[in-house]
Amino acid sequence: MLENIQATVEAWPFLARGLWVTIQLTVLGSALALVLAIILGLMAGAPARALSVPGRIIIEFFRGTSLVVQLFFIFFVLPQFGIDLPGMVVGVLALGLNYGAYAAEVVRGSIASVPRGQWEATTALSMSPVHRMRRVIFPQAWALMIPSLASLMVHLLKGTAIVSVILLQDFTFHLDQLRRVTDTTWAYAVVGLVGYFVLALALTLVMNALEARAKHRLGRGPSLREILSPTPTAKDSLSTAGRGF
Amino acid sequence: MQDQRDLWDWEMFFRALPPVLEGFLTVTLLVTVLGTAIAAVLGLVWAMLIRLAPQPVSGIVKWFVAFIRMTPIVVQLLFAYYAFLMVDAMTIGIVVFGIHYSTYMSEVYRAGIDAVPKGQWEATTALSMSTRRTWAAVVIPQALRATVPALGNYAISMFKDTPFLLVIGVVEMVNAAQIFGGNNFRYVEAITLAGIIFLLASYPTSVLIRRMEKRLAYAN
Amino acid sequence: MPTPTDPAATPIIEFRDVEKRFGDNVVLKNLDFHVNRGERVTLIGPSGSGKTTILRLVMTLEEATDGLILIDGDPLTHRIVDGRRVRLSNREIKRTRTRIGMVFQQFNLFPNMTVIQNITESPIHVLGQSKAEATRRARDLLHQVGLDDKADAHPSSLSGGQQQRVAIARALAMDPEILLLDEVTSALDPEIVGEVLGILRRIAETTDITMLIVTHEMQFARDVSDRVLMFDGGSIVEDADPDTMFTAPAHERTRKFLKAVLGEGQIGTR
Ligand SMILES: Nc1ncnc2c1ncn2[C@@H]1O[C@H](COP(=O)(O)OP(=O)(O)O)[C@@H](O)[C@H]1O
Ligand SMILES: [Mg+2]
Repeated sequence: MLENIQATVEAWPFLARGLWVTIQLTVLGSALALVLAIILGLMAGAPARALSVPGRIIIEFFRGTSLVVQLFFIFFVLPQFGIDLPGMVVGVLALGLNYGAYAAEVVRGSIASVPRGQWEATTALSMSPVHRMRRVIFPQAWALMIPSLASLMVHLLKGTAIVSVILLQDFTFHLDQLRRVTDTTWAYAVVGLVGYFVLALALTLVMNALEARAKHRLGRGPSLREILSPTPTAKDSLSTAGRGF
Repeated sequence: MQDQRDLWDWEMFFRALPPVLEGFLTVTLLVTVLGTAIAAVLGLVWAMLIRLAPQPVSGIVKWFVAFIRMTPIVVQLLFAYYAFLMVDAMTIGIVVFGIHYSTYMSEVYRAGIDAVPKGQWEATTALSMSTRRTWAAVVIPQALRATVPALGNYAISMFKDTPFLLVIGVVEMVNAAQIFGGNNFRYVEAITLAGIIFLLASYPTSVLIRRMEKRLAYAN
Repeated sequence: MPTPTDPAATPIIEFRDVEKRFGDNVVLKNLDFHVNRGERVTLIGPSGSGKTTILRLVMTLEEATDGLILIDGDPLTHRIVDGRRVRLSNREIKRTRTRIGMVFQQFNLFPNMTVIQNITESPIHVLGQSKAEATRRARDLLHQVGLDDKADAHPSSLSGGQQQRVAIARALAMDPEILLLDEVTSALDPEIVGEVLGILRRIAETTDITMLIVTHEMQFARDVSDRVLMFDGGSIVEDADPDTMFTAPAHERTRKFLKAVLGEGQIGTR
């Protein structure tokens, strides 16, 4: 046990570098996924078939062909045609495309579930489709989609572990090095799984905070500050007092 | 040797078919079917333990389930592979996939159990049914019906995750395609083939499940 | 005040042989009627008779399956070209749509915006008013509906009656020539109904906005309407001034309906 701890401390610079790669993959992959999800989700939900049909096809294609196939396609096949990308870009592209397609379904579904009355009110106020989406529908759909997007982000974080097979030196890659100087249980279960678990919990907390903020903006639930403060704030007690009028 | 810049070579495609299909039939399908079976059973066990077992057992199970669900299957595969070197990699794969996905399934069962109307529980009390009969004859049958589509969706999801097995050296479909590509210095046909097979197998299944979900929704 | 028989007036709303069907369900058939500029017309009739559908057609939330709807003589969604009925471009439809406003039964305030943002959003971004101008007007309207202190509140912190008053202010901020009101008090607690109706009465007295109203508040209908249309099964049963409609309806169907809504012996009392 003591030796394991000592070996881990010695290996820490490498592990930390690996963790940083994993975090970068997660954050950049999620960012790409979110951008794609919004574009594809809006396309798939559009009333015009010229948009919705291609949107649907792209979503089904990237959902249906498996993350590792996409990763290998970018890593092994593209270089054959002269497109040689750095490992990090390969990882981010594959993760972003695959999870972006899943997230696009979430975006489409959330937009579709904004109550009909909200859409009709924008028509009665003569808003253009773009204006309606940007200012009224999307902000409300956003609050609906965060929980599902959060769970997809945890999936994406877990999915980053596969990139070690294309020689990216992420956290999982360095666990194998650690295993050689400690033992299997220590390296994979104690350091590895617990490390990922902590990352996933941190990610979940951040997303919960985002969700609370989004809901608060719609007038549902307390603000972030109110959630985080241990005692009721002045504003809090004021608003409770105000309710009795 | 092939001209590297050829976009597509049909001969290479047909030569890739046997090894890729073999990986699909002997590993990918097998792991998916057996893994799903394990996940379906274990998931119910977790859900029941969390719901019925006394503390601290239910609390421990809850944390275990969350822990497995929130950590990468790739690391779990590596851990199990090195921890049980005497067990063959294929068996490790089936069990790890089964356990990992059972943690998703336990959520589905929990939701299914929660969705059984309160009146049903009250009726079993009114009829003086034992806890055992209540669960076996009333709650589980109702909870299970609603979980079938979710089980199907997770089976598809597991199917598309099976290439993760390559980290423990199992030659499933994508690994087979990659090996074939490496041997022939050409990847496009073999990897594309693997992608097509995934698409052909998963898309119709997911359409089927969506239809089933709609039918279930109408029934309620 | 123009009356339906005034030959000089161009009707501001005109339905010509309008049909609306949902699938096989014909909701409105061969409907002809018009509303003159400045008129207040109330639609009454049993549930499912097509009143909401008429308002939604005017607001372009639905489109007629046949016939024409004209706003101030201009086609709303379709026109006849060479004997064929063709849809207008979205741009043309939008131009007419900005002349029409609607208040909904369920308020439909935007929960992601404050009260003042709800009111100024479209005046700024659709009508191109400056922010200062739109805000000044919004505060004036909030004053008129008695909610001066709620400008920065979120809709969810308001009562139903307050939300509906904001919705009325929001519709008025677009300076509509036509205001559509669809059972605007039906979702409110009974003790709140009066405050909203009071505001609508005031708007009716102080503006010359054309109003097309669906309501079950018969006293209100009688007080503000110039004309009442009784609907049943998607067509007009009776078209009369409110006094005639409520005291001496010509049709048995109207009598039965009013008796059911107002109760025995209520017709003719004030
Ligand atoms: N979107 C719709 N799809 C199908 N049928 C509809 C729709 N909207 C209204 N209807 C039908 O049209 C008829 C008239 O409805 P409506 O105009 O709401 O009546 P009212 O407002 O007089 O109660 C009803 O039979 C209703 O079922
Ligand atoms: Mg109605």
